[in-house]
Amino acid sequence: MITEAVEERETYLNASYGIKSWLLTKDHKRIALLYLHTITFFFFLGGIFATLIRLELLTPKGDLVSADTYAKLFTLHGVIMIFFFLIPSIPATLGNFFLPMMIGAKDLAFPRINLLSWYLLVIGGCFAMYAMLAGGVDTGWTFYVPYSTNYSNTYVIATGIGIFIAGFSSILTGLNFIVTVHRMRAPGMTWFRLPLFVWSNYATALIQVLGTPVIAITLVLLIGERTLHIGIFDPARGGDPVLFQHLFWFYSHPAVYIMVLPAMGVISELVSVFSKKAVFGYKVVAFSSVAIAVLGFLVWGHHMFVSGQSVYAGLAFSFLSYFVAIPSAIKVFNWTATLHRGSISFATPMLYAFGFIGLFTVGGLTGLFVACLGVDVHVHDTYFVIAHFHYIMVGGTLMAYLGGLHYWWPKMSGRMYPEGWAKLSALVIYLGFNLTFFPQFILGYLGMPRRYWTYPDEFQVLHVMSTAGASVLAVGYLMPLIYFMWSLRYGPIAGPNPWGATGLEWRTASPPPAHNFEETPIVTTEAYDYAALAAMEEAKVG
Amino acid sequence: MQEHADSIKTYTLVFLSLLLLTGATTVVATIDLGAFNVVMALLIAVVKMMLVALFFMHLRHSTILTKVVVGGGMLWLGILLLLSLSDFVTRGWLPVPGK
Amino acid sequence: MDSHTETAELREQFETPGQQKEVSTLGMWIFLVTEVMFFGGLFLAYAIYRREFASAFAVASNTLDVVVGAVNTAVLLCSSFTMVLAVRAAQIGSRKALIWFLILTIVLGGVFLGVKAYEWNLKFEEHHVPGPSFHLEGTGEQGPAQLFFSLYFTMTGLHALHMIVGEGLMLFLLWQAYAGKYTPRYYTPVDIGGLYWHFVDIVWIFLFPLLYLIARHQH
Repeated sequence: MITEAVEERETYLNASYGIKSWLLTKDHKRIALLYLHTITFFFFLGGIFATLIRLELLTPKGDLVSADTYAKLFTLHGVIMIFFFLIPSIPATLGNFFLPMMIGAKDLAFPRINLLSWYLLVIGGCFAMYAMLAGGVDTGWTFYVPYSTNYSNTYVIATGIGIFIAGFSSILTGLNFIVTVHRMRAPGMTWFRLPLFVWSNYATALIQVLGTPVIAITLVLLIGERTLHIGIFDPARGGDPVLFQHLFWFYSHPAVYIMVLPAMGVISELVSVFSKKAVFGYKVVAFSSVAIAVLGFLVWGHHMFVSGQSVYAGLAFSFLSYFVAIPSAIKVFNWTATLHRGSISFATPMLYAFGFIGLFTVGGLTGLFVACLGVDVHVHDTYFVIAHFHYIMVGGTLMAYLGGLHYWWPKMSGRMYPEGWAKLSALVIYLGFNLTFFPQFILGYLGMPRRYWTYPDEFQVLHVMSTAGASVLAVGYLMPLIYFMWSLRYGPIAGPNPWGATGLEWRTASPPPAHNFEETPIVTTEAYDYAALAAMEEAKVG
Repeated sequence: MQEHADSIKTYTLVFLSLLLLTGATTVVATIDLGAFNVVMALLIAVVKMMLVALFFMHLRHSTILTKVVVGGGMLWLGILLLLSLSDFVTRGWLPVPGK
Repeated sequence: MDSHTETAELREQFETPGQQKEVSTLGMWIFLVTEVMFFGGLFLAYAIYRREFASAFAVASNTLDVVVGAVNTAVLLCSSFTMVLAVRAAQIGSRKALIWFLILTIVLGGVFLGVKAYEWNLKFEEHHVPGPSFHLEGTGEQGPAQLFFSLYFTMTGLHALHMIVGEGLMLFLLWQAYAGKYTPRYYTPVDIGGLYWHFVDIVWIFLFPLLYLIARHQH
């Protein structure tokens, strides 16, 4: 019987049983699965809010919900998707599971802090859920003052506390990754032999550590202003509301790179495996990851062009914003060059990689539109911006996350997902995504403001298209949920390296043993050395 | 790793210097140096910080990586302060209403 | 097989105790960098508003007692001195010295907090707490003056919170030291506890001149 063959070998899944062995685990692989469950829950919760938003926008009148309720819908959609899904997603699931394995380590540097990070995300999520169930929050995920401090009658503080706690989850994960990559690499695993997925997560970790504390203090000040009226953002006392925006965006801009850098890391892996070629320009791609992390901290004012910040600051931020696009573009060029004359396989992960490259490019190019101060004055706070960031976050990050999930699923579970259904879902998601979000570029440019729940009749056609796309997208996202769960029981057993990939995680069993490797690996080959892999396989057989 | 312990003498000298500098900054504050007062205060504070970091926190015996981490932290604080201040300091410089 | 039985000195995921110590130290330094950025937001607010409301800030700052502030600064510096001597004691294996220096550090930290509580209480009595009952003599800009005190209370309050956490850490170290857990081969918690303590001291090294020493020449 199929299940017997898997059960007899000891893996991280059957090394111990019972709920305590999961809730008190120190194993980075188990913690990754704990996170997987949590963020999947938050993804679908955030999706419910998106569904309600799109349903309301089917008609020009505000007929499904009230204006106040609509404000709560888009706020909770943003808060949940950003802080409780996107920010943790790839690093806390795929990063947690595979970063130690990729560098040949037994675990992260601080396993108990890793577990603490998960608990912090859950506790933060509880605060956010409490706010949601008790009546919601309506300030937008950006919490601009003075509305959030002086006028909103919703659960701003509870939400703020939830985000504060989740922020520490993120900080500790970043801290753990940085120390691990610096000090826990196996013998022979030099920096320039690391998989690019590790470089991406390392760069992401830098952002998490340097940026997140600033939103933490911002939330403290927000709560202080709201409860004690400390006056720090209050013009009546001499305070400046724009200070809030500087503090908020100092983190929240780099945060988008927390969300996209790990995704880029996944794409580097996928593009290489499924063209059987080393990533073109390895060092350039590696340095680009760090460059994105650094430059990403210098551009936050591009969210504030119309806020009242000085024109000179606006000019500086606009100018700098063009630079941050360069390393991202370099990566796209390098991935494309990797494909050139490669032996391309169209397995599901590769379909997601193709989707990423195209959609991220659209998102990235439209980023240049909004980086231009003059253009942004026209499109700021319109659906153009919404389309831009959803192309990156959903067309980019979410696609990469799904691609990575499919790619590493056999390693994590020991089972293959059904390829036919997976390909179909990828297609459904791709089509649904474009139908949902492309019309929003047009809507925005024509003047449809964001966060509005009514609109002029002439916008209805585009909104209907967008909502139709959203329903297709919803189906597309439900399909993997179903077939991944199906595969755990009925999927074909996977071997150690079903894709023929390089990388240390493929040199151990699927699922891996609790200690990752039987013996600490000694690395002698460069990253993505398919010739060496082939030679190694031949030596084993012969 | 810092395996060799500094001497009690070294620590005492650093401690006394810190006390001296605290006195100095208090006294300097009573002298009118105009805009230079804040510069002096910050300068003395930075010197005190360096003494605590290098000697009490053993930074001078630490790895290069540790020093890079500390330097990076200072640099990032600098980015936060300077780039934000660039907005407030340049307001009203251009004859554009409200900016 | 590479796995070994786990001890405090050599946890499962590490190859050598040396690696573990390096990793723990690096981890603490990175955590301190996050604290720099955390306090950094407050220093930014301070810089912006002091620049804009220089005279109101000066008047407000002058109501703080310089002598008390300076003495308290000395107390905290002293506690850093005793802390580094505690680490040194652990390093050379003097359990008794380690215990005594930790106790001194805790006491000095307690003195600092006590003095701060006294100062805060003074502010409450003088109606210098931002809110409806606020009034500061010597300036027409009551709003900005309240901003100074908002920053004063927030910054010293956050600092005091970190001190309290530090006291807790020190008490933990004292308990472990008393139980003989620290040897010259393994004293990492004392070392990184010291790093945290010194960092909180450094924050105060900046808070003192910035809050207490604005335009003190106007007497």
